[in-house]
This record gives sequence, C-alpha cells and structure tokens, in this order.
Amino acid sequence: MLKRKDISYVTMIDDLQAVLDEEQKEIELFARSLKPKNTDSFNYSRYHKLSEIYSFQDMLVAENPNLVSKIVIGQSYEARPLSVLKFSTGGTNRRAIWIDTGIHAREWITQASGIWFAKKIVTDYGRDPILTDILNGMDILLEIVTNPDGYEYTHSTNRLWRKSRKPNPRSNCIGVDLNRNWDSGFGGPGASSNPCSETYHGPRAHSESEVKSIVDFVKTHGNIKAFISIHAYSQLLLYPYGHTRNPAKDQTELDSLAQKAVKDLASLYGTRYRYGSIISTIYQASGGSIDWAYDQGIKYSYTFELRDTGRHGFLLPSSQIIPTSEETWLALEAIMDRTLKDPF
Amino acid sequence: MGFRGFIVLVVLMGMRGSPTGAVSLKDESAHPNFVTREQKDLTVEEGRGDVMATGELNPSHFPARRAAKVVQHYLNTRYGSPYRLFGLEDVHSATAEDVADTGRRYHLQISAHEIISNRTQKCSADVFFPRGEPTQSPEVKASCEELLQNTTAQEEALYQRYKEGHSLLSAQYIPDSQGHIEPDMMPFWHLSIVASSFIMLHESTENTLYNMAQVAQITQLETEREELKFDSHMLLHDMVSQEILHWKLLFTWSPAEGVKVQQMQQIPKPNH
Repeated sequence: MLKRKDISYVTMIDDLQAVLDEEQKEIELFARSLKPKNTDSFNYSRYHKLSEIYSFQDMLVAENPNLVSKIVIGQSYEARPLSVLKFSTGGTNRRAIWIDTGIHAREWITQASGIWFAKKIVTDYGRDPILTDILNGMDILLEIVTNPDGYEYTHSTNRLWRKSRKPNPRSNCIGVDLNRNWDSGFGGPGASSNPCSETYHGPRAHSESEVKSIVDFVKTHGNIKAFISIHAYSQLLLYPYGHTRNPAKDQTELDSLAQKAVKDLASLYGTRYRYGSIISTIYQASGGSIDWAYDQGIKYSYTFELRDTGRHGFLLPSSQIIPTSEETWLALEAIMDRTLKDPF
Repeated sequence: MGFRGFIVLVVLMGMRGSPTGAVSLKDESAHPNFVTREQKDLTVEEGRGDVMATGELNPSHFPARRAAKVVQHYLNTRYGSPYRLFGLEDVHSATAEDVADTGRRYHLQISAHEIISNRTQKCSADVFFPRGEPTQSPEVKASCEELLQNTTAQEEALYQRYKEGHSLLSAQYIPDSQGHIEPDMMPFWHLSIVASSFIMLHESTENTLYNMAQVAQITQLETEREELKFDSHMLLHDMVSQEILHWKLLFTWSPAEGVKVQQMQQIPKPNH
C-alpha cells in the first residue's frame, strides 16, 4: 500500500510476530528458571505467593514420602483447597498436635513461619532428639494457609485484608473474621455483628467453610492433644479463654508451660513475649479457635502473636522471617514436648 | 449504595505537642465500619469483674499496656523527628484511679526505647482519659531520663536536601508488602510515624491501641514557607477493633519547628 501511495520505506523487521513469539519463549524460560526445584532451593527469607506455597507443600511431600502427606480437608469460599500437611512416622491415628497459620490473611509472618516449620520438621527428624522423640510418639498436623482466599487478596488487592472473602447478603462488605466464627461464646462480646467490621463473626458458628473443615477434621480425628493457632503481631503467648473471664480449669498448668515456652523463645535472640489468658492480656474475643479447641478437651490450646510489637506490625521485614521462625520453634517444641509427656 | 462515610475535618494551625485544642465532629454510627457498642463498653465490663481495674494494675495486662502506648504517641509528638522515634519497651508498674466523674488517670513507670540510637530510658508518666461524649483526647504528662540524642546535623542535611532539591518527594506504600523500606525513604517513614502520632494520640482511649500500619502515600508540596510541607494518606491499625483507619494528614516539618499538623481528616476505608 505504501508503494501505491508512492511513499518510500525500509523494512526493519520482516516478521514482528516471530520476534515477539521468540521473546515470549525466552521470558517463560527465564521465569521457570527462577522457580525453586526443591525445598532446599526455596527462599525462606521472602514472603511467597499462594501458588508458590502450594508448590512448596507438594515438593515437600514428594521429597519426604515416608514422613509427610497432604490431606485436603475442604475448600475455601472461592474453592481453593484447604490443605493440611501431616507429619507422621507411623502408627494408626496417633495422638497429634495441630498447628495453623494464616487464619488472618494479612499476618504474613505466620504463613512464612509455617513454611519454615514444615521444612524444619523434615530436616530435624532423626537429628534433633526432642523433635525426633515427639514424632516417634505423635503426629504433627500443619495447615499453613488457613485462609487462602484472604491471602490471595492481600497479594492482588489489599495487603491489609484480614477476613475471608465471602460476600455478606444485604451488605456491600465482604468477609468474616475466621477467628470469631468458632462455637465458643459465639456472637458474644468481643466480636461484631456488623459485616463491615474486621471482627464480624459471621451468621452463625462454623458458617465458614475454612472453619467448618477444621472443626470436622478435628472431631473426626478424635485424638488431637494440642491445638496451636498462630497470629501476628504483639509478641504474646496466650491460652484460653478469650470469651469469658472464667479461668480455664488448667490455667495454672497452661500458665507455667507458657512461662517456660517464652523463656525458651527469648533464649535465642532476646525477643520478649508476654503471656496470659487472651481476655486479660489482649482483649475480650468471642468465637475464637483455641477457646473452642480447649472446650473439646484439647488441653494444650495456645495462640501465638508473633513479632513485632507495632513498629512494623503486619509489614514485618522479610529479613525477620527466619529469626522469628527459629525462636518461635523453640516455644513450639516446649509445648509439643509437654504434650508428648502428658498422656492425658 | 453511596459513599456514606463520615468525614472529620480538623484544622490545627501550627499545632505542636498535645492537641487539646482540637475539635472533632463525629457521627460514628453513620460510618460503614461502626464498631458495635459491645466492644466500646469493654472497659466497664472489665471494671466490674476485675479487681485490678483501679489501684495496682498488672503491667502485663491490657489496661496498663493501652495507657502506656498513649505515652509512646505523646513522646513522638513532642520529640520525634526523621531521626528520632520512640517505641514502648516495657511497662514496669501501673496504677489507675477514677477522678470523680471526669475520667480515669493512670500512673505508669515505663521504659521508652529510642529506636534510631537504640537507647532505652525509664520514664514516669500520667495519662488521663476523660469521660463523656463526645469522646475527648487523653492528656499526658511524662518525664523521662535524658532521652534526647543530638540529631541536628542529620536533620539539617535532610532538610536542606529537600528544601533546595529540584524534585519534590513523592512515594507510596512505605513499607512495601515485603516490609521493605528503601534506605533514603527511612527518614520519611520515621517522619510519617511522628506525624501520625498526633492522630493516634488524639484518637486514643482506654479501648484502643494504635500503631502505624503503612504510609499509603506521601507527597511533598511546594511552599513559600521555611518548613517542608507534606500531604499524606496514612493507614493506622487499632489492635482492639482490628480496624485499619485511613487518615489524610497535611503537615510541615523543619529542624527548628519540628512536626506541625495543619489538617487531619479521617476518610472512609474502601469497602472492598
């Protein structure tokens, strides 16, 4: 056409599409080269996207088939899998320790620590006497991304999102606070009935699939002896109750174990934690996971609030992931070790 | 549904230190994020069942901790700068007493941590939370051992650089999602925390515990005055309600005058 109009030209690129196709191939090749090929080359000092965490879980299972398996306990509202890693050296339905991280999406240090704990378990089994004893007698059940819809949302849209992503009827506001949705003082003071609130408890106890799947799993399992929910931030180790001032009947023991656990935690980097019941230490909170677990008969029910105390808050620098995980692990070991030795 | 948020417009000219002169008009129940009364009445419930609510307080429990956090905000409004920022290190002891019907006064022994020089100092402080509606700001008195490290040279250098500079500062999301802050943004992160401390101090009650969550936006504005001038959008976190509060903040800073807030305005959070 340019010829017809008598406009002179020079062809710079004969086939632009071919050039673009080649470039696209190179980009994909490079991107693939950045993906870790195994859990040894995984970067534990960075916060990861949801898809990367799912890959990590699958790689860990593939690398340790005799120790780790993945159980899908349900689906999130947006149909994402809710996966639990089971660490077991055998037996049939052994006494088990439950750990969940990431129930509140924006608390990124918790999912990151969960990843680190998973790797720590497979690395230390057979090497560290405490962990080896624990796994020789008990199973560990770890749900790393307890709120995958929320976590995805903190990457795509709002880094400070807390709740689930389920729409609420008759409201513009989305989401339920998954740690106010449990059947423990549900709907009482310490949670909100307003769907727009960050502590909205939902329409009824266990209405959220992310919560119901854990409830069903724990009840069906029937042999869980410790239940540990990990949150951030404030540097606290808390035991029940959150919904009432009535002391837990095991309060004295839970308190002294907490004291030991935070002492162990502090021994590594000097990080100071306070400890106590939820309601006296932080605030009244109803419908929380560990209140429920405790009332199911799971004596060693604890909530951690990890680093820091407000300077960075939810936006904890990724350089602190490993130190935080390392120190928290010592506190977890103290709790798991006691659970092992107390045959209740 | 329309944008039925409430807007608080508080104009504070040349304000420094405790903002007791501030006027705020709030119709909280119109706000989409209105926190139910049950949470606000927490203190009353605590008081009835808790022998420690007045008299000697457990320094590890939340009533003392919330009051101590207010002291942190106060110290930052009084002494904070791009190179001086306080955190709460510890609460050693605390007492509380009701003051007739006017409010409650806390007396605290705390350790404050100056983050940049990494020095800890003991302070004693009084925090008075007035009662009644509309909610008023707390009043703080604090005296600390020598807290203040000389930061003049660094402040001057920063001030000159941005006073004379050819481009005005403009930045978003500090820290970023990974918690990272560019080294040359650090002083502005500190400055933002100091400026936000005026809001946090002003808004604090016995039922709140504020920390800075993130600087959503900070923009340097042209000004004929001596001070540097900034427009900003700050995200604050209240631990008790777990809400993220969005505030627009217009403030100035110079080494000589410190931080002065010109306007602060709460804006509704986006519903998504």
